[in-house]
Amino acid sequence: MSTRAPVKDTPIAAVVAPRRHVLDLDDFTPEEIISLLEMTDGMREVMDRDIKKVPTLRGKVVMTLFYEASTRTRVSFEQAGKMLSADVINISASGSSAEKGESLIDTALTLQAMHADLIIIRHSHSGAPYLLAQHLERTGIINAGDGRHAHPTQALLDLYTMQRHMGSLKGAKVAIVGDVLHSRVARSDMWGLAAMGANVVLCGPPTLLPPEMLHGDGPGGRWPSNVTVDTNADRAITDADVVMTLRLQQERQSSGLLPSLREYSKRWQVNEERLKRAKPGVLVMHPGPMNEGVEISTSVAHGAASLIEEQVTNGVAIRMALLYWLLTGPQGEAVTA
Amino acid sequence: MPEQTVLLSADDIRRAITRMAHEIVERNQGTERLLLVGIQTRGVTLAHRIAEAIAGFEGAQVPVGSLDINLYRDDLTSRAQPVVRPSNMPVNIEGMRAVLIDDVLFKGRTIRAALDALIDLGRPEVVQLAVLVDRGHRELPIRADYVGKNTPTSLTQEVKVQFTEVDGQDQVVLVELERSVAR
Repeated sequence: MSTRAPVKDTPIAAVVAPRRHVLDLDDFTPEEIISLLEMTDGMREVMDRDIKKVPTLRGKVVMTLFYEASTRTRVSFEQAGKMLSADVINISASGSSAEKGESLIDTALTLQAMHADLIIIRHSHSGAPYLLAQHLERTGIINAGDGRHAHPTQALLDLYTMQRHMGSLKGAKVAIVGDVLHSRVARSDMWGLAAMGANVVLCGPPTLLPPEMLHGDGPGGRWPSNVTVDTNADRAITDADVVMTLRLQQERQSSGLLPSLREYSKRWQVNEERLKRAKPGVLVMHPGPMNEGVEISTSVAHGAASLIEEQVTNGVAIRMALLYWLLTGPQGEAVTA
Repeated sequence: MPEQTVLLSADDIRRAITRMAHEIVERNQGTERLLLVGIQTRGVTLAHRIAEAIAGFEGAQVPVGSLDINLYRDDLTSRAQPVVRPSNMPVNIEGMRAVLIDDVLFKGRTIRAALDALIDLGRPEVVQLAVLVDRGHRELPIRADYVGKNTPTSLTQEVKVQFTEVDGQDQVVLVELERSVAR
């Protein structure tokens, strides 16, 4: 997969500065992403064993703090931590002191006082993980999804999955189809794909695309430069190497952003007919959970081109690599995000 | 440019490997259930060389596995992180006669990690150890069963094993480290 010569004991710190937090991919260098993807192979191998556990993170405490519903991301982090022998403690907002009115920062400071090494947070407010990163002196933060802003670990698993099947992503065409406007996955994917040299086309109804991209202010500034937009799904999918579908958040319909689900699926659903325009061997991905029959047809979701289940497996492996990266290495030194 | 002396030439390496291959087959009374397990990276190269040598005089193909020990290190919080790579065993190691193979035996900590890594994959009948160079300075009760060359060293020196497959040439050199970087 990688062309780099394997050298025993090569410290990744030579190219990758130590990091305490992972908040988004917009501040990742290509070298950092490449190192992480490389290590993910090693983590996949651990997952394939009979005894799926290594002692690497013994004595480390990882806490998941989820203020929003999640199955795969939370379980995936928990499993990743446990396979590396970290102690994983799950906290959900319902049933926690948040219900008694405790502030987010106070909750996080409490967990830090209990000597959490890492807090993995999901929150409906964009920027919540950044706030914690500013206030915590000893505990690291991983953003597991904040509002519509970022979901860096999903993007990393997407990059890993693509790279596993395509080798290099340089020059590849990736069409991201669906509700881009509200998608933190699309946003983080864009940064990651940009760093790896892929070309991204964002596609969806005009009401569900970022207005500044649509009306020609972007790219530049808040957007990476190799990203374009297109409201026509047939055109966006033409010659694509990867088609990534996003979940249509159904509550959008009631907010007036969509005429009807029927019209949406007619014009933007990823189905077999539409996929014929893509490159032969196109890869189909979806961050889940899916609305089959809305943004993706059932036959495509479970067809030969679909990597959707593999994305879930790879999600555990990439999170193992990330925990290893954040929780090992020289400790006790001043390390900045 | 640090001072360096050649410990083993390409011919010396070839002869040492041939001798170790014979010793391994002799000690294990043949090649049945024999498994060579190289520790990444140069241990794997050495394991393949030994397997080739065995094939040459015994006519038997001995399976070669590779082991990444980084997830089992005892110094993960005191040094920069190494890149983790997959381990790969071509056969189930249960009940096999496993020979761990590494280029240099030094403090013994790599081998301690390798034993843990190996046993997480199954229960071999026996585990033996073969190294190209034993440079002394053990910090754990570990010794090699097969040694290419025993060589006394000081802690201000480094033993560098180079193989054509990885480094472009076959040789083992002793490098004088500058005092400030000596461990």
